[in-house]
Amino acid sequence: MPLEQRQVHNVAEAKAWDVLQSVQDPEIPALTLVDLNVIRHVKANDQGVEVEMTPTFMGCPALDRMKEDIRIRLQEAGFKNVRVNVNLTVPWSTDMLIESSKEKLQKFGIAPPPVLQESLPATLLLPVQCPFCNSTETRLESEFGSTLCKQLYYCDSCRQSFERFKPL
Amino acid sequence: MGIELPAGVTAEALSEFLLALADDELVLGHRDSEWTAYAPILEEDIAFSNIAQDELGHSLVWFSLCEKLTGKNPDEMAFQRPWEDFRCCRFVAYPKGDFAYTVVRQFLFDVAEQVRLIAISSSSFGPLREISQRIIREENYHVMHSQGLIERLGDATEESRRRMQSAVDVAFPQSLGIFEHLKAEEELVDAGFFPGNDALKSAWLAQVVPVLRKATLTVPVHDHKNTFAADGQSDDGGRQGKHTVHLQALVADLQSVYKLVPNAKW
Ligand SMILES: [Zn+2]
Repeated sequence: MPLEQRQVHNVAEAKAWDVLQSVQDPEIPALTLVDLNVIRHVKANDQGVEVEMTPTFMGCPALDRMKEDIRIRLQEAGFKNVRVNVNLTVPWSTDMLIESSKEKLQKFGIAPPPVLQESLPATLLLPVQCPFCNSTETRLESEFGSTLCKQLYYCDSCRQSFERFKPL
Repeated sequence: MGIELPAGVTAEALSEFLLALADDELVLGHRDSEWTAYAPILEEDIAFSNIAQDELGHSLVWFSLCEKLTGKNPDEMAFQRPWEDFRCCRFVAYPKGDFAYTVVRQFLFDVAEQVRLIAISSSSFGPLREISQRIIREENYHVMHSQGLIERLGDATEESRRRMQSAVDVAFPQSLGIFEHLKAEEELVDAGFFPGNDALKSAWLAQVVPVLRKATLTVPVHDHKNTFAADGQSDDGGRQGKHTVHLQALVADLQSVYKLVPNAKW
């Protein structure tokens, strides 16, 4: 969530958010879990820390890995009793990625998701910029890709396949 | 632990409804995964592997919600339950067949799923509403994909048309079993929890029939009021646990690794 909406009640919580800001997404290491906006709530005090997160895609196979990474990193930072809970009943969409994520993705070689339109076909009709040569002479090869959160494109200008973060 | 039930709905009725959702996704997801490394082209291999992963993810979500009612966790439900206790429709358990059958089944199922999710996404029951709104957006990709394949393969070549028509002939009557009434059907409809399987079936027919016909495929239905009515017998039984041997074999396969070393830690 945007920084200004994040509720930080004490030093421990501020420190926990700092740690989480550096936990990378296992499938797209250019982004952190905070960039993806999947960390929804952090409650911390002297006794321990509780983190609430939500997956990006419901079937995300990296979810357990993310939970484990969060636990390890917080423990390394000195937190005791780390608990990570998964909440499936909160909204998440690619419109909720932190704004700076889009630039990070582009630099990493993955086209960022566009702002969602009124329907999926309308979203997919928007021009897509190749992350390698910036051309928009590109076409969707498959709605799907190498992981649940990506889809396959081809650039007619530099003749390379590339992936885009699947708009959801 | 524990969730607030929607007004007029018992925990038993709600878990029956959720179990049907969860088992459909688990079983079809397993069938889809059988194309991994075997699909006719690489793009479809990737697509069906993704779809399988999505469906398994959705089943996990429904099982997790079920757990709050029954106390049984998703692993117990998927890996320890006898096959007779599954409540998927028979349709999703049939062998994957050729690629035409897979495409037709996926399309018929995807639209049914979409119709069902849209119906419950405005439910008065909070958790269901939030979850279905998220899952719908993932399912939209499935419908787009399977419908695209129907449109392309329906009249691409003589061979593709022949195969797609045979697939429709077999899959269509089977698919009607998706809408088999639940034991708690009346209770759930009366409570305004969902519009009922008959209403879902009409909405589904109104969507799938024109797509199949446009792809030059013949569908066993006749026009009825503003939608269609299906001809022939619906392949019911799954929602009551009366399954075919195909589910028995699938569940044996699904549970085989788990049963080798129960409670193994990965
Ligand atoms: Zn390019």
